[in-house]
Amino acid sequence: MNFDKELDARGLNCPLPILRTKKTLAELTAGQVLKIVSTDPGSVKDFQAFAKQTGNELLSSTEGGGEFTFFMKKK
Amino acid sequence: MSKKLAIIASKGTLDWAYPPLILASTAAALDYEVEIFFTFYGLQVLRKDVNGLKVSPLGNPGMPMKMPFGPKWFQSINWNIPNAIQGVIPGFESLATVLMKQTIANNGVASIETLRDVCVESGVKIIACQMTVDLFGFEHSDFIDNIEFGGAASFFEFAGESDITLFI
Repeated sequence: MNFDKELDARGLNCPLPILRTKKTLAELTAGQVLKIVSTDPGSVKDFQAFAKQTGNELLSSTEGGGEFTFFMKKK
Repeated sequence: MSKKLAIIASKGTLDWAYPPLILASTAAALDYEVEIFFTFYGLQVLRKDVNGLKVSPLGNPGMPMKMPFGPKWFQSINWNIPNAIQGVIPGFESLATVLMKQTIANNGVASIETLRDVCVESGVKIIACQMTVDLFGFEHSDFIDNIEFGGAASFFEFAGESDITLFI
């Protein structure tokens, strides 16, 4: 999937992946896509909740090799 | 209109400094308007130097005592030390605090300073209770910038129209 910016949130624990995502999204313009890679298993549910509450669209959420990858489209 | 979260932060230990800051910073990331009222021991979290924040295993049977270094089998041992012994060892709290800080770093958990900075940067309104500032003999200069000083009435001004109110 194409993306405009990538955020490496590996090794960070709650709530840092969400806080860094919020900060990084602020640098993008509406419609641009942010890729986030995390190692926090709690982030799967958290990114769904973040998308639902902020209106940014979670395009995909995948898991593999102990890493969680998210693509989020800025509102 | 954005939702509002009001928190009273009343605890002054390293472990209990986390919940108000985690919840406030996350709520701000979710576009909540947030205010934290720091009172009594919670004031310790607002001091410029937060190295005084410690964790105490004394009287806290829920706290696992594990080592943040060494091989896996060693790290999994729970050092169950009776309160009566903990209480008479000088520096026990300082040692527990050093170990806790190492565990925090090992787990990629943010430091108190980091979370506090995020709160300030993301517009969380911080109010320090003036009455307890006087009671404990603090000066305004002991605390970080970008905070306000007020009393119970100023908490209710915001809490009265909040969606969520928490006492921590």
